[in-house]
Amino acid sequence: MTDTTSNVELSDDTFRRHRLAGYLIAAIGIAALAVAPFLGIYPIFLMKLLCFALFACAFNLMLGYVGLLSFGHAAFFGMAAYVAGHAVKVWGIGTVFGIAAGTLTAGIMGLVFGAIAIRQKGIYFAMITLALAQMVFFFCLQAPFTHGEDGIQGIPRGTVFGLIDLRDTLTMYYFVAVIFAAGFFVLHRTVHSPFGQALKGIRENEPRMISLGYPVALLKVLAFTMSAAITGLAGATKAIVFQSATLTDVNWHMSGEVVLMTLIGGMGTILGPVAGAGIVIALQNYLSTIGSWVTVVMGAIFVICVLTFRRGIVGEILARTRR
Amino acid sequence: MSIKSVALASTALAALAAMVGAAQADISDNVVKIGVLNDRSGLYADLSGEGSVVAARMAVEDFGGKVGDADIEVVSADHQNKPDVGSSIAREWIDQDGVDVIVDVPTSSVALAVQQVTSEKDTAFLDSGAGSTALTNDQCAPTFVHWTYDTYAMSVGTGKAVVEQGGKSWFFLTADYAFGHQLEKDTSAVVKENGGEVLGSVNHPLSTSDFSSFLLQAQASGADVIGLANAGGDTTNAIKQANSFGIVQGGQKLAALLGFITDVDALGLDVAQGLTLTTGFYWDRTDETREFADRFAEKMNGQKPTMVQAGVYSAVTHYLKAVDEIDDDGGEAVVTQMKKMPINDFFAENGKIREDGRMVHDMYLVEVKSPDQSEGKWDYYNIVKTIPGDEAFQPLDKGSCKLVSN
Repeated sequence: MTDTTSNVELSDDTFRRHRLAGYLIAAIGIAALAVAPFLGIYPIFLMKLLCFALFACAFNLMLGYVGLLSFGHAAFFGMAAYVAGHAVKVWGIGTVFGIAAGTLTAGIMGLVFGAIAIRQKGIYFAMITLALAQMVFFFCLQAPFTHGEDGIQGIPRGTVFGLIDLRDTLTMYYFVAVIFAAGFFVLHRTVHSPFGQALKGIRENEPRMISLGYPVALLKVLAFTMSAAITGLAGATKAIVFQSATLTDVNWHMSGEVVLMTLIGGMGTILGPVAGAGIVIALQNYLSTIGSWVTVVMGAIFVICVLTFRRGIVGEILARTRR
Repeated sequence: MSIKSVALASTALAALAAMVGAAQADISDNVVKIGVLNDRSGLYADLSGEGSVVAARMAVEDFGGKVGDADIEVVSADHQNKPDVGSSIAREWIDQDGVDVIVDVPTSSVALAVQQVTSEKDTAFLDSGAGSTALTNDQCAPTFVHWTYDTYAMSVGTGKAVVEQGGKSWFFLTADYAFGHQLEKDTSAVVKENGGEVLGSVNHPLSTSDFSSFLLQAQASGADVIGLANAGGDTTNAIKQANSFGIVQGGQKLAALLGFITDVDALGLDVAQGLTLTTGFYWDRTDETREFADRFAEKMNGQKPTMVQAGVYSAVTHYLKAVDEIDDDGGEAVVTQMKKMPINDFFAENGKIREDGRMVHDMYLVEVKSPDQSEGKWDYYNIVKTIPGDEAFQPLDKGSCKLVSN
């Protein structure tokens, strides 16, 4: 992992060039988001892709930058979806506040889960997060407001502060695109902030960070909370897009899927999870006619990915260009 | 904006509106596309699955493959019994692929999710596989027809019959979703009406492989009858495991509130004999049903159709007749026409579709044959009683559908 993100001293000139390239990529990204629905791509598919891309990016903050594999992120994704759905449908508090409520719930859960799980590393961390997420799953199965197997259905899309009507698919798409861009921007800034650098430091050498006087446990909990909150943002948005929140979102399969997306795309790279989500969602979508064989195809892709390009697609491209 | 340009714009708009209007009173894309959405890999795959697709194709073939000069196509997909998967397939079918009617859709939670999409997008939805009466009550829609059975009909048939046979106290084993709860509620009402009592119930998750703890609770309740408010693979698993726990040998009776002929086949007559079931269709009833079942079996490796699969054939045929009649495939328009025409085929005699979308036809109370009564595979039922449609289904005035004027 060290080779992809080695912090070489950059000269002023290269720094400026990198920055320019960054702006260029951002501009291309925004333009792509803006025109995508006019290229004949099904807007609902795009919205789903954006939600999962944001989910994977948030997950990547933990796996790629702190080096902790959480196997329970579906709990945040699904719970936020339920809370947003319930808030919008039953309480009628409006779409934006509903999404905010979902995000907040996921953030609080992240804080609690993080405080419990962060004491451990590696497989133990993964197991604790999985156990906590399973508790959430069974809570969602039994709690009356989630409606068990039926899920919350017919969530109204509503409006943005009564001004913009989200029932129109294209409007909804731009709403989701803005949420995605905002979430992505926050993550991007976090990763490149001193806080993000400290997280990378923890990933590379935790004892050294402790000896340097960093409050390592606190930083990890903060990162986990943030990752959970943005995961929640993605889940809440998905609930509004599909107008339903169901057990699928909170099932452990979902936690596995996001690991897959991040690894295929390239963990520890900012664009990797987006690419990974794109590939996984596109495969699921276009191969859906072959039924349960999708799982086999995905498994094969995962094996090939791990055997031949371990840095993931974006990670591999970055490594090649830097050489 | 000058007056001239306003005038121009409004003329253009009017022309556009006229075009849209003209396009609506017609068959879209000159193709009638039928989407069969069901469980193709899970616990309801045997009773719907590929068989329903085959039934839909047979209906199209028998209709001649064309409505007027429009072609008819059949597409299919697996909703995996998940409401989110089902509703996104339905949405994509309607938005992208020009699907005009969605049929089958077992699993009530998925059917309710699809109902939201089809009613929003004016697409016909003919449900054969799902059971929840909510589809024709609180959640009813002008684009919807509930074809084959529902939880009310099941409970009226089986519940009443079992109470009359002396099963006075009941304990329910309920699949934990819309359908299971509805079935339990409807059956409880019938049991109480007929002088029985309900001792309790336990919910189990959909598609469970281990019923032991639920069955032990049911056994401990001491009820005469354990009502299985579930379906498909769950019912067969529960019955098999109840046998290995010695529940039936211990004197308690099992009542499968929703049993399909494929379930009986999966259980084998040794285990299933004597079960009382309610069904909307039995293949060995008349010459017409036998003729259909034989043709169906030829394409399905000898399997005879379940009521769900037969219902799909009947529903698709009636739909195509209605489209032919009005030369339009808009959801509400076709369903309105379907409601005007009586249904007479091997599936239903003088069937009619009510305002709330319920297709009313006769149901049959059957008893599963013992192995020595049966003359071979699929010869499983003795028809005990025909329940006339008006008794079998929930009366209109007791429903809560907003489409019913009363």
